[in-house]
Amino acid sequence: MASLGSIATAPLRAEREGDKNAKSIVFLGLLWFAILFAVLALVVLLVTAFFDGRTRLDADLITQYSSTVFPERAGARAAILGSAMVIVTTAALAIPLGVAAGVYLEEFADPRRWYNKLIEVNLTNLAAVPAIVYGMLTAGVALSIGLPRRVVLAGAIALALLVLPVIIITTREAMRSVPQEIRQGSLALGATPLQTVWRQTLPSAIPGIATGSILALSRALGEAAPLLLLGGLVFVTYDPNGLMSGFTTSYRSRSSTGRHSHSWRFSRSHRQPLSCFWSCCCS
Amino acid sequence: MECDGVDVYYGDFKAVCDVSLGFGYNEITALIGPSGCGKSTLLRSLNRMNDLIPEARVEGAVTFHGQSIYAKDVDPIEVRRRIGMVFQKPNPFPKSIYDNVAYGPRVTGMKAADMDDLVEEALTRSALWDEVKDKLKQSAYGLSGGQQQRLCIARTIAVRPEVILMDEPCSALDPIATSRIEDLMAELRDDYSIIIVTHNMQQAARVADRTAFFTALADETTGDRTGLLVEYDLTNKIFSSPADERTEKYITGRFG
Ligand SMILES: Nc1ncnc2c1ncn2[C@@H]1O[C@H](COP(=O)(O)OP(=O)(O)OP(=O)(O)O)[C@@H](O)[C@H]1O
Ligand SMILES: [Mg+2]
Repeated sequence: MASLGSIATAPLRAEREGDKNAKSIVFLGLLWFAILFAVLALVVLLVTAFFDGRTRLDADLITQYSSTVFPERAGARAAILGSAMVIVTTAALAIPLGVAAGVYLEEFADPRRWYNKLIEVNLTNLAAVPAIVYGMLTAGVALSIGLPRRVVLAGAIALALLVLPVIIITTREAMRSVPQEIRQGSLALGATPLQTVWRQTLPSAIPGIATGSILALSRALGEAAPLLLLGGLVFVTYDPNGLMSGFTTSYRSRSSTGRHSHSWRFSRSHRQPLSCFWSCCCS
Repeated sequence: MECDGVDVYYGDFKAVCDVSLGFGYNEITALIGPSGCGKSTLLRSLNRMNDLIPEARVEGAVTFHGQSIYAKDVDPIEVRRRIGMVFQKPNPFPKSIYDNVAYGPRVTGMKAADMDDLVEEALTRSALWDEVKDKLKQSAYGLSGGQQQRLCIARTIAVRPEVILMDEPCSALDPIATSRIEDLMAELRDDYSIIIVTHNMQQAARVADRTAFFTALADETTGDRTGLLVEYDLTNKIFSSPADERTEKYITGRFG
């Protein structure tokens, strides 16, 4: 038998031009240009923002309320606290509900039942509904049952509705990627389906669920439309002090004098001792 | 444990047709036959693992100590606890070795006086204790394939089932690991009844007391291949003087 070395074979040296022809170089250049352009835009943005605003880069920016009287000392405190409260409430509403719904649909629902099919179709459609529709829905419901709508809870409910389909879908995706063998192994030992979900499937799916939930919540955080529709306050000079408090979130902290007096009065009447707590914590 | 006229369907497709056999107490029964003849399907229907496949349907009677396991008032969870299963591919949980073994007793609410002892006993019986006793807290995924499979066996015997179903438990293992698992089966036979699916004829001949040979017949009209039981007898008999010529052809390697 001929040894391997003696068999004539094509040389292994690179004889083709590989990536060194003109076309490849142009293409590579384009790729580099694209990435440079993106980075450049970001750098310009950061640098100008820094130089234009550096006189205001002090603690006031986050510890002071917005103010039309002393704009040079105004801060985003109410907006930051408002955003935080809204998003924490949204998460508290949407994540347990979304994960539970996703787990049910993936592990327990019989996909052949018509109502489960209906839910499926609706879910995918709901994920594509424009955000403002959820704002309208929440506002409408709040109005018709006579509850206040300019409050943290209403904003959080609207945002929770908005992200719920996304959380459900990512939860299902994460559960589906857990190997079937794990479920079978658990069930074959005499575990109930609920124990199997609770102790095996759900823990294995948590990284996927977390990623999906964080992405969904960051979408909610940046969403202005439903909150505008609920009439979240535009100019607030107090800390939100509970779920039924008026609030503002970061993207709307620009003042309008017309709203000013109104919301200020609104806020005074709702002010509660709890706000002292917030002030102590934050200043 | 007995099967009487068992048919298993996947939707309209009949995968197993009219199987009747009785599995002996404290015996090892081997199921052999060509690929696709429904051995795994039959095995899964013995502890209701087929329930997990929505379109699967079992007809006929499967009885365990005289009770039908498909009766309405039977709890499939209890069936699976009493009739354990080891899969073809080792499937440890993404947990520590200790937790893998302790999982079954915990979920079935076994009143173990001392979980550590229970885990040690199960691992010792599955011939794994010496290899893992210093790393019980490490992930089970760090074990070799053979060790993982023995861990799965340990996990199964930790809940003290009466019957253990094994679906090609050695097909991913080297000969040394295989022979350890075979030794293990011989040892477990004193306390458990074992039903094993295997493609390895020597293995069946070595470990099994009885052997059932299955084959698949194509339906003339639909072309569906349905599995049926050809012959069931003492292993010696099957391998020395089979009654059916299809069995003889298969075990001498001229069939399927
Ligand atoms: N989940 C399923 N859905 C539909 N058909 C299935 C399913 N599982 C198995 N079958 C069919 O049932 C028949 C028997 O399959 P089974 O897995 O029981 O064969 P087997 O004897 O175990 O084969 P092997 O020796 O290759 O493991 C095959 O024709 C297969 O296509
Ligand atoms: Mg099989």
